[in-house]
Amino acid sequence: MFTEIDTVTLDDPAADRPALKPWREKTRTRGKSVNSANGNRETRTEWVSHVRRIRDAQDQAAFAELFQHFAPRIKAFLIKSGSDAALAEECAQEVMATLWHKAHMFDPTRATVATWVFTIARNKRIDVLRKQRRPEPEDLGWGPEAEPEQDDVVALQQETAQLRDAMAALPAAQRELIEKAYFGDLSHREIASQTGLPLGTIKSRIRLALDRLRHAMN
Amino acid sequence: MSTEIKHHLTDDLLMAYAAGTLPEAFDLMVATHLSLCDHCRARAESFEAVGGCVLQEQDGTANMSDGSLAATMALIAKGAPIAKPVRAGCSVLPAPLQDYVGGDVNSIKWRSIGMGVKQAILPTTSEATARLLFIPAGAAVPDHSHNGMELTMVLQGAFSDEVDHFARGDVEIADEDLHHMPTADFSEDCICLAVTDAPLKFTKMMPRLFQPFLRI
Ligand SMILES: [Zn+2]
Repeated sequence: MFTEIDTVTLDDPAADRPALKPWREKTRTRGKSVNSANGNRETRTEWVSHVRRIRDAQDQAAFAELFQHFAPRIKAFLIKSGSDAALAEECAQEVMATLWHKAHMFDPTRATVATWVFTIARNKRIDVLRKQRRPEPEDLGWGPEAEPEQDDVVALQQETAQLRDAMAALPAAQRELIEKAYFGDLSHREIASQTGLPLGTIKSRIRLALDRLRHAMN
Repeated sequence: MSTEIKHHLTDDLLMAYAAGTLPEAFDLMVATHLSLCDHCRARAESFEAVGGCVLQEQDGTANMSDGSLAATMALIAKGAPIAKPVRAGCSVLPAPLQDYVGGDVNSIKWRSIGMGVKQAILPTTSEATARLLFIPAGAAVPDHSHNGMELTMVLQGAFSDEVDHFARGDVEIADEDLHHMPTADFSEDCICLAVTDAPLKFTKMMPRLFQPFLRI
């Protein structure tokens, strides 16, 4: 009897789940990761130009590439946050539509495209899954000289790549803890920043960008 | 803008805000502080970078259904949602608070809680409570302690308690061990945003009986 019931309950929740496909097969090895090769870094900076092409020319081809890369990640993120597959699909589409409409708000001196997409997906999760409002800080907007320095853009993207490598190099248990915190699975009291991630450089970089924005506004 | 702020938010709070897992009242506190403090805003945005890496590098992606790109293009064609009007800075209440109050200080609907002290509870989800506190210049908030965590941020004027002196933008983080009596500076009436994740316990002047009624 017990065996039968157990089988049913175990199978049930899995039935709703979409097939999650591994996005990379290789094991994470310190310093040898295929993804930290230079070519890949350039690809990541390229997403910035994709967003610009949407902003400046409503470029649907650029959007399609962004969609192909990010939509399946947003959907997986929402499923891991507790959404069912159908709702996650719907929300991923809405997040991507928001990316299109807000392309002019993206500031590559303060965030990578992945970080920016994360914040849009996070807000969607708060709105749809948690059903609460999301208070955001006062918008600093863009100063009169809207186009940021290319050096600042590259530096922020590189520092974030270093953060990504540092996260990949963490012991699996610690990395899982961080992931759970961002998927909304875990309270934060015990996690905080005891992982030694290189957040200081990014923080200083963003601080610099904020100072420039404030300066441009005055 | 933020050079004078001495008392900042903790990494715990900033990371949870970046991850989007705080109760709404705490989100409101963080968003209000970040509006005044570029130091914490940069820290919060670097925690968002961690979120970006998690999104980017997670194990496994979920296939989108056939036709999802076309469906998204159709969504886009419907047009952008109406953008919120740009809110003016340099008021007593930073923009995120103005959204909850429906305007600046003149729009706050105060209710007296005795001894000249007034409060206004803001509409958030019930896991935690956000309220504005008005403490007349030189007056004290009744002595109280907490079951959980209480964050108090100064918006106008300043207050002192057993711990330190707090001015605009400063956040006092009090846990259940702190038994304090904030007193407003004499120079100006003090307005604070206070967020609690459990009801306050007033030790005098405020019978426990009235607490549910006053929603403190
Ligand atoms: Zn701060």
